[in-house]
Amino acid sequence: MRNFATLFMQIQNLLISMSLNIVLKKGLNVPISGQAELRVSKTISPEVVAVQPDCFKGLLPRLLVKEGDPVLCGSPVLADKKNADILITSPVSGSVKQIVRGEKRKLLAVLIEPDGKQECVDFGKKDVNALDATSIKEALLQSGLWPVLVQRPYGIIADPQLSPRDIFVSAFNTAPLAADSAFCHAEELGAIKVGIAALSKLTPGAVHVSVNNPDSPFANLPLATTHVFKADKHPAGNVGVQISNIKPILKEQTVWTVSLAGLAAIGKLFLSGKLDLSRKVAVGGPMAIGASYVSTVPGAPMSALNAFIGNSDSDNIRVISGDVLSGRNVGLGGYLGFADEQITILLEGYEKELLGWCRPFRPKQYSHDHSYFSWLLPKKKYDMTTNLHGGPRAFLMNDDYYSKVLPMDIFPVFLAKACLAGDIDKMEKFGIYEVLPEDLATCEFVDPSKNNIQDMIAKGIDLMLKEMA
Amino acid sequence: MNKIFEKGGKLYWLHSTVDAFETFLHVPGTVTRKGAHVRDAIDLKRILIIVILAAVPAAVFGMWNIGYQHGLAMGQTGLHILEYFWFGLLKTLPLFIVSYAVGLGIEFAASQIRGEEVSEGYLVSGFFIPLIVPVDIPLWMLAVAVAFAVLVGKEFFGGTGMNIWNPALLTRAFLFFSYPSYMSGSDCWIAFKKGETPVADAFTGATPLALEGGSAQYGTGFWDLFIGTVPGSVGETSVIAILLGAIILIWTGVASWKVMAGCVGGALLVGGLADLAGVSTMPCYMQLLCGGFAFGTVFMATDPVTSAQTSCGKWIYGLLIGILCMTVRLFNPGYAEGMMLAILLGNTFAPLIDHCVTSIAVSRRNKKYKAA
Repeated sequence: MRNFATLFMQIQNLLISMSLNIVLKKGLNVPISGQAELRVSKTISPEVVAVQPDCFKGLLPRLLVKEGDPVLCGSPVLADKKNADILITSPVSGSVKQIVRGEKRKLLAVLIEPDGKQECVDFGKKDVNALDATSIKEALLQSGLWPVLVQRPYGIIADPQLSPRDIFVSAFNTAPLAADSAFCHAEELGAIKVGIAALSKLTPGAVHVSVNNPDSPFANLPLATTHVFKADKHPAGNVGVQISNIKPILKEQTVWTVSLAGLAAIGKLFLSGKLDLSRKVAVGGPMAIGASYVSTVPGAPMSALNAFIGNSDSDNIRVISGDVLSGRNVGLGGYLGFADEQITILLEGYEKELLGWCRPFRPKQYSHDHSYFSWLLPKKKYDMTTNLHGGPRAFLMNDDYYSKVLPMDIFPVFLAKACLAGDIDKMEKFGIYEVLPEDLATCEFVDPSKNNIQDMIAKGIDLMLKEMA
Repeated sequence: MNKIFEKGGKLYWLHSTVDAFETFLHVPGTVTRKGAHVRDAIDLKRILIIVILAAVPAAVFGMWNIGYQHGLAMGQTGLHILEYFWFGLLKTLPLFIVSYAVGLGIEFAASQIRGEEVSEGYLVSGFFIPLIVPVDIPLWMLAVAVAFAVLVGKEFFGGTGMNIWNPALLTRAFLFFSYPSYMSGSDCWIAFKKGETPVADAFTGATPLALEGGSAQYGTGFWDLFIGTVPGSVGETSVIAILLGAIILIWTGVASWKVMAGCVGGALLVGGLADLAGVSTMPCYMQLLCGGFAFGTVFMATDPVTSAQTSCGKWIYGLLIGILCMTVRLFNPGYAEGMMLAILLGNTFAPLIDHCVTSIAVSRRNKKYKAA
């Protein structure tokens, strides 16, 4: 009898876990060379750290410091003009070295010179289980960790007044050359659990954690709903794609997303009372020498990566904070983005290729399409450059051509065209609430018309924000 | 690019043209500025060259067939294969030259006016046009028709990618309605030299579709139609050569197999019903081999710009074309062939089909998740 009961429970468990399996076959892995080796080759103690308002979509920055001010790790540097509770704080202790402004005095960055002591503001250790939603929100807002919560639709900083339908976390990454989630965050599992416990109090729904392997260290964490994705092609690791396949965002719904790094930082805040944004960052790409991980903080300068670039001509190098499909081109003078866990180093593709488009074989170029012969070498990695491989044209290929690489139930070309036309009704119909530009990055990669699809979506989202405000 | 062609330079008005030739010679050294920093090696030039490549077998066979049909009509059988081909080549070359000269001329000028790069879309249309017209069409007519199709059918809408109707078919439709005597009947499908008259007994140059069981000097059996040794437009006769093209197009993913399958399915459906009702003496599968059906299905209906965009829409669009084509062929005594009009009508309805398909998909999804 007892055996039957156990068997029954096993079957039930199996059925439950099966029901959480989501199979995504669409997508595309861009075979670019330069995957980072799973070792931390260097700990970067930066000479200067930048706090960049542009890393936070939806932030209207108000400066809280002036040049020369001393700051601690966790001291506020910027506040949001629309909601003064939202603070951006310094990831290091030191002094404000310079305030960088661009055209029309737009605030570009606050540069902070670390003193090397890493003195922290003490926010006090707290037991998450004893706290209510208001005090958790307060702790996150004060410490400057609130902006790790990103609100969908639109990908803006979460609104503290709202209570989201659900909170989503992607615990695997499929972007080209992406940092390995388990390698980067498995040690922080304790903090991540605390982070989940804290966030589970902010939503009436659930905290959904998506993994691509039932044995992942992030599967079946307490207080979280685990979803196992059977998917290894990009963009299945994007949280937007996962939401769309778990429980899509409908009109007038809001959900929040947070990265594993964000969860870990939240957990560490409650466990130690200190702000700790340090993380492992994968440095890779075809031009990265000895591609591997570095340990650093957001805002670290790219100039600290000289060892990876070597003697290459720096004018011909593109340094990207983020992945190669949707990261920002920051250059050697730039800084690591707030949410980025990856740096990609590429060669600029200025060289012309004689009669490239009509050669039957182009062994050095990759195409997902059968018009070339790269499909004969499925394992080959390519030293890709930034060459556009053609001229910009109007959309010519069908929606089908693009939706093959997008594991979402939307019509990408129709959405892009609605954004181009600025037609809000159509944008709504074709799913503007569900996407961020990064989700359509693979569509942009394969586009033979060389449209900037991500830019179109970004402009569409900006229009929605303006109209809905 | 040379400085005089850049903005402010003396020859700036030629910049699109220079740029077109430059990018034709080599993949330019342009780098990505926004979004994805690396891009796939595929571009429109590559896609369009594949389409042309796929149409080459049909074109080469068509040239040979023109010589062969001329030989049959003149009683000159037993010539060398190359002699037939040479005759056909000389006959069709002027068509290609006129088609490209007029079409590309307008395309270059329009791109220049819009200040855009010249799009390579016309390279394909220009190649198809000679393949779907009667070989003896006067060149001035072709020039007028091409000018009409490119200007009204394409540039008015904003150039390649924006057009509603397939430009090559629009050319043919213009000829069909403006100069019907050159486009139908039994005199236009075989090439003759000036002053020649056919010597074969009981000669008819009508395509098998218009024969209605009458006798002809060429075979009208399954294999004759499949191989393509019958009179017709230059590239449309050989089903085997067109199938070769279809394989290339489907394998490379340039054209949609769903549209092709839809067309065939729709045609068999109406053809089969007509067989059962005894409307036609020709079995329905033979209809697939006749006239422009095969060429239209493989090369014209699948044009990605003017066909339906969505997966489900492609099936509907294909079926619609197949059904319309057979309906015109079987139930309309005026026109022996219906493929051209069926595809143009399919093009017209494609946006509506897509609108319905996307609306239904979106509302079904919304309902599903609202209920959940």
